[in-house]
Amino acid sequence: MGKNGKEPALDVEELEKIFGTFTAVDKVSFTVDKGEVFALIGPNGAGKSTIIKMLTTLVPPTSGTAKVAGYDVVKQSTEVRKNIGYIPQLVSSDGALTARENLLLSARLYGVPRLEQEERIREALDFMGLGQFSDRLVSSYSGGMIRRLEIAQSMLHRPSVIFMDEPTVGLDPVARKAVWDHVRELRGKYRMTIILTTHYMDEVEELCDRMALIHYGQIVAVDTPAKLKEGIGKGATLDDVFSKYMSNFEENSEGGNYSEVRRNRRSIASRS
Amino acid sequence: MKYVVTAGLSHPAARLTRAVSDYVMQVYGVFCAELQKVRHDPVELFTRAVQPLLWLLLFGMVMLRVSGLAPAGMSYLDYLSAGILAQSVLFVAIFFGISAIWDRDLGILHRMLVSPAPRTAIVIGKALAASVRGMLQGGVVYVVAGLMGANLNLSPLNILGVMVLIGLGCGLFATLSLSIACIVKSRERFMGIGQLITMPVFFASNAIYPIALMPDWLKTVSTLNPLTYQVDALRALMINGAHSQFGIVYDFAILTVIAAALVLLSSRLYSRMVA
Repeated sequence: MGKNGKEPALDVEELEKIFGTFTAVDKVSFTVDKGEVFALIGPNGAGKSTIIKMLTTLVPPTSGTAKVAGYDVVKQSTEVRKNIGYIPQLVSSDGALTARENLLLSARLYGVPRLEQEERIREALDFMGLGQFSDRLVSSYSGGMIRRLEIAQSMLHRPSVIFMDEPTVGLDPVARKAVWDHVRELRGKYRMTIILTTHYMDEVEELCDRMALIHYGQIVAVDTPAKLKEGIGKGATLDDVFSKYMSNFEENSEGGNYSEVRRNRRSIASRS
Repeated sequence: MKYVVTAGLSHPAARLTRAVSDYVMQVYGVFCAELQKVRHDPVELFTRAVQPLLWLLLFGMVMLRVSGLAPAGMSYLDYLSAGILAQSVLFVAIFFGISAIWDRDLGILHRMLVSPAPRTAIVIGKALAASVRGMLQGGVVYVVAGLMGANLNLSPLNILGVMVLIGLGCGLFATLSLSIACIVKSRERFMGIGQLITMPVFFASNAIYPIALMPDWLKTVSTLNPLTYQVDALRALMINGAHSQFGIVYDFAILTVIAAALVLLSSRLYSRMVA
């Protein structure tokens, strides 16, 4: 992919991150085309979030290069930031503000021209179906509404690439489906490229054009869900694909360490 | 390849103007968001106003009976009110960093840091909002001290000077607090250190007694304490007949330099908080 003449949305080469003596991300390379929905799959601690943090300029890589929307994440980090949206796993809307105030903050941080701010905010609220709740404090929102608001925040400056870290964790089935519909619309209507991490195979099946399986900081497979299933055999599911590539993960990283568990559970609790 | 020419903004002057207006908008955005939070939940403002009130009413009333604490020509109430003003601002500012730890434990910090806003814009916006809270505290001290009969200088120029000083002091201690928060990264440790810092900063200054009364070693410490310079200038501007010990311009200069250094330091530390 990405070799058809036009520049890919994401071009990652030999990207590596070492914390002390621990190699969190071990020289991964992949490309994502414009308009693709691309999933990073793997057990907790496999390095998905670290990859996302490097691609969103939050953490500098130890070595290797990555280009997002054509810009280098190290040398042109400000340009990268202008062109991406990021929805972290943790809650990123301020509960002490209303939805409109949250969106206004984002508009100002991203330098959306003053005359366009109000219209963009209204459009984002309508797009996410939050118009009638826009002046309520976010602390009174349900988990699904907060997720929708976070998507609204991240699309306000019309980024070309959106990163979502476990976008539907802790949501009920109806809210999950709503998020999926919005992801599809972001791609369809605004031609955005979407990179997401998830633990749910049905989410991959529903949404993603391609997926990368990550294990111990390395990419062990990248392809479309259909091709990966074919590779296993007739009638195989994505769960079978996951099990095959992650055969020895359970003994090592069952559910992440204490602080990860605490964070995940807390973020789930504060969303529901 | 460090500089990317953006289409339509190729002229250097146009680019600079755009960069400056973006920066101002980013500072303003963070500033407004912080104040909107206060507006939605103003209870904290009232509870915080109680403390300076108690210092003036209880501590002040008793110490008023001790002679020789205030310099000649000033009542102790006059002397104390500037110190309490500075103290209440210090207390607001020094626990400011805890909000950064909250933001980090949620994803709000990440959201700020992936935006193209420079870290200094975020830190300055937050510090300015802390200054406004400080000024509200200052207003309370003015009203109470005035009612108690302090000899306040109410000329608009002096009040403006006091507001600028509150802004500087708040900016200084809020960014100090933010730097500490970025280093310790946990609420529990931060609360401990916050308590540990406030008392020495307060007592090793000229806030409630003159430096002349201190033992020599403490005199030295107090001249290294930014609060001393803040109180020195505050007192001269706030009270009729009070004089600055170090010179108001000198006080302003020292506070400005320290505040600027702390803004730069905390901006650097701020982006390391996510790692």
